[in-house]
Amino acid sequence: MDTTRRGFLAAAGAAGHGGSGAGGHGQSHEHDHDHEHQAVPSDLTLRVKALESLLVEKGLVDRAALDALIDTYEHKVGPRNGARVVARAWVDAEFKKRLLADATSAIGEFGFSGRQGEHMVAVENTPKVHNLVVCTLCSCYPWPVLGLPPVWYKSAPYRSRAVIDPRGVLREFGVELPEDVEVRVWDSTAELRYLVLPERPAASEKLTEEELAALVTRDAMVGVAKVTLPQQEPRA
Amino acid sequence: MNGVHDMGGMHGMGRIQSEKHEPVFHAPWEARTLALNLALGASGKWNIDASRHEIELIPPAEYLRMSYYEKWYARLVGLLAKTGLVTRAELESGKPAPGSPKATPALTADRVPRILANGTLASREIPGAPRFQLGQQVRARNIHPTGHTRLPRYARGKVGTVDRHHGGFVFPDSNAHFLGEKPQHVYSVRFAARELWGEQASPRDAVYIDMWDDYLEPA
Repeated sequence: MDTTRRGFLAAAGAAGHGGSGAGGHGQSHEHDHDHEHQAVPSDLTLRVKALESLLVEKGLVDRAALDALIDTYEHKVGPRNGARVVARAWVDAEFKKRLLADATSAIGEFGFSGRQGEHMVAVENTPKVHNLVVCTLCSCYPWPVLGLPPVWYKSAPYRSRAVIDPRGVLREFGVELPEDVEVRVWDSTAELRYLVLPERPAASEKLTEEELAALVTRDAMVGVAKVTLPQQEPRA
Repeated sequence: MNGVHDMGGMHGMGRIQSEKHEPVFHAPWEARTLALNLALGASGKWNIDASRHEIELIPPAEYLRMSYYEKWYARLVGLLAKTGLVTRAELESGKPAPGSPKATPALTADRVPRILANGTLASREIPGAPRFQLGQQVRARNIHPTGHTRLPRYARGKVGTVDRHHGGFVFPDSNAHFLGEKPQHVYSVRFAARELWGEQASPRDAVYIDMWDDYLEPA
């Protein structure tokens, strides 16, 4: 089966668009992202274009639909959605109750639903419990509330380490947890998608729901960061 | 399958590289690859489990070398060929072969919002109460299926506690191979970090894993 696959890939690449290339290029642990993304792009640009053209010619794909799909995830769906959910839970105790009891319906109140968020679970951070979400087997992530996952979330270092060394992972993200805080790691092995409800920052009582939403980051909703007031952020 | 994709607990993968102000896509081909996968996925010729398994079949060294969307490109080519939507000859020539299958209507732009908003429900109404009760101790079975599975290796043989009932869901191990949905109860099982990793782990910490009924036995 694998041989067949390589055959197809090589064949697809050999269709006048260069070979798969880059196969022998060594990869150190400390490779940077730019390198990872730019090692093969000209080749992939051509191969993806060739495949798209073939599929359009065969009537299997409509280019306008591709544009609409890309526009959705590039401009419409992203972590601002999740931030609104979190801020609402901070200011509205009844909503928070609904969110923790049935996250799919509660999130649905905002109109956020569907693909890769069909079955949502919200997990609450408290002074004694810190939640962290991972997908060790692939890249499962709650798209309707967070958009598409960042590269690090899908990367081997995060997927391998989050379950065995969550505190070390958190430290790399700048979060040092005291020993008496329980870390709960959620490995998204099924179709449940997890959203972390971070702790509301101290001294944020005067902020409006909108102002609170502006503080909530993607990383906090995955569980690798805390939500802080702007003046609490370390100066770079 | 005991593939390299099953990464939980592996060492040596390096530091996590988080990019500030990361764009949604790093190049236009990544965006096109995502969109092609979603558009063709809507054809119903395969399911999400088959789609995940297709990526698992990438040989390990390739899997580790490839970027995320490169894997998505490889997956799409593999699925198109396996389902016969595109023939090998067409992939080689880049041109539609005469008389090639065209039966599947393309996803149109006007259907995109509804398709995304609806998603695909993996939950199923199933008769009967869950076999395991909340708070019950269960053991993840020590099984090593050669096909698709969502039971991570690091949990196999380990004892945990049923924390939640999620309801009935399609079983990926059979669905990925088009052998039926075999819907069954899914549980969130709490494993103490020390049960999984021994003394090096914090005594307080835990990993919660979503487990299908077939992955579990009474402890």
